[in-house]
Amino acid sequence: MLEIKKITKIYKEFAIKDFSINVEKGDYFMILGVSGAGKSLLLELIAGLIKPDSGTIIFEGEDITNKNIHHRKIGLLFQDYAIFPHLSVKDNIAYPLRLKKLSSAERNKRVSEYAEKASISHLIHRDPSTLSGGELQRVSLARILAMEPDCLLLDEPLSSLDVQLKEGLRTLLRKLNREGLTIIHITHDFEETISLANRLAVIHDGTIVQQGTPKEVFQYPGNEFVAKMTGIKNFFKTKLIKEPPDNNATALINENIKINLLSEEQNCEGHILIRRRDIIISESKLQSSACNNFEGIITETIPQNTGIEVIIDIGVKFFVLLTELSFEELKLGEGKKVWISFKASSVRFIKN
Amino acid sequence: MSDQRNINLLFTALGGLVLLFIIAPLAGLFFSTSPGNIIETSADPEVQRSIWLTLMTSMAATLCFAIAAIPLAYLLAKRNFRFKRLVLGIIDLPIVIPHSAAGIAILGFISRDSAVGQFASMFGLNLVGHPIGISLAMAFVSIPFLMNAARDGFANVPIRLEKAALNLGASPLRVFFTISLPLAWRNIISGLIMMFARGMSEFGAVIIVAYHPMITPVLIYERFGAFGLKYARPVSVIFIVVALIFFIALRLLSKENKNAGNQKNN
Repeated sequence: MLEIKKITKIYKEFAIKDFSINVEKGDYFMILGVSGAGKSLLLELIAGLIKPDSGTIIFEGEDITNKNIHHRKIGLLFQDYAIFPHLSVKDNIAYPLRLKKLSSAERNKRVSEYAEKASISHLIHRDPSTLSGGELQRVSLARILAMEPDCLLLDEPLSSLDVQLKEGLRTLLRKLNREGLTIIHITHDFEETISLANRLAVIHDGTIVQQGTPKEVFQYPGNEFVAKMTGIKNFFKTKLIKEPPDNNATALINENIKINLLSEEQNCEGHILIRRRDIIISESKLQSSACNNFEGIITETIPQNTGIEVIIDIGVKFFVLLTELSFEELKLGEGKKVWISFKASSVRFIKN
Repeated sequence: MSDQRNINLLFTALGGLVLLFIIAPLAGLFFSTSPGNIIETSADPEVQRSIWLTLMTSMAATLCFAIAAIPLAYLLAKRNFRFKRLVLGIIDLPIVIPHSAAGIAILGFISRDSAVGQFASMFGLNLVGHPIGISLAMAFVSIPFLMNAARDGFANVPIRLEKAALNLGASPLRVFFTISLPLAWRNIISGLIMMFARGMSEFGAVIIVAYHPMITPVLIYERFGAFGLKYARPVSVIFIVVALIFFIALRLLSKENKNAGNQKNN
């Protein structure tokens, strides 16, 4: 659907170098990178706000590299919302609808629909200057949906929202994506990425350092930067189940591996994260407060700057980081059977 | 603390002197003219005609030139091009050149021998001594006020808002009319008022282009020359009052206009 081929742009203090990605129709594609990595610049290039120095952007089979902004049908949700301050909320949402030859009744109907979709029906007659940041963002989202874009670009939409608003917007974005809208979303937050992306690219200093599915990137970071950026390798898709009578939380991986954890969420789908350093390796099952104990086989050992990474297969692969001393004392090696243990409190659940 | 108070006192005293310098001559003018004299003069058809002519020619100059000046102000605020600084300098030129010299230049530009004059005479018009000539002279000296105010207004419109509108599918022309122009409107209105007021008070350039028909500043000069201070005063008072009424009314109207210039910029 959207193919970016070797785009280069030097713009003020930011730069994009030889950047290539391929986004399929219906993808929720996230671009993960630290501040100043050139993420916003990339979205502005795709939307046509600025033109690249070299490279090509192909959208729906058409070369749009030099196509004017207003002909692209790629909606950009600005990080600072870009709400028109002289127009009411209603007129902001109606702005793209006025470009279509609609009757005023039809236009009003659609404004109501998009306002409802963004949960801002109650704000429709308000002046933008009276709205909070979260409300403005929803107005901006309703307005961009009203243009019926073929692809939606999101510039750190969740970064300035509180936890409750964040969850609401995540749900809305996921719903829009499931309805078929292709989304490209930039962020610096790997949790956001886990929660939303079906594919992602990690960007550093204006270039892509790795791309793939979240599982591919988080479990097998291509280099140290990605590893540090994502910081997590034990990352599994799960179903959270609350089991009676005591309502303990259990995360189910592949329907057969049960992980005990602490979570206030009710039965739902999501991902669990366990830091490598929170897992203990032993030769036999430990009698301890750790209630997650699994037997597995070491499939790989990888020396690293900070110790040795041991990969243990218990049905899924777990990554554990040890000191060289522990590694030698336990006489670990590929093919050896070991036990891994970790506490329920060291398991983090991120709801989808 | 006391140093600060002393500075405030000093500055207030100096500022007070400036205000007094503006107010005292005007107050003197008002107090030395009897109400009876003012009423009698305001019934004078020649005075009424001249005030009407002054208002109309200045209004026409402002509105006609705004059509071309506002887009140019937009370009100057939003685009970079070669010789932009030269264009900016040209726009400010009428402020610095003596207005009588400006009048001479305009006269040369619109006289029967010039291309413009010859074009006008094809329609049976002689621009010299004609309200159109007066409007042109007024526009020449007052257009920098509109240009500079409108340029500041457009420069204050965040480019992100214009780009957001383009991203929503609006054409550049639509963005100009629906985003840039409304958001710069407060400055533009202010510029229009200043241009209108400045045009209305012009004397030097207009008297060279058209002694007749007589605009009020020329009428005041003529009454002063022919009859003396006593006869020039009531016309001056009436004209100042009319100018003030227009100035204040337009200012109030522009304040009522909802404008983004003073709103929260998102």
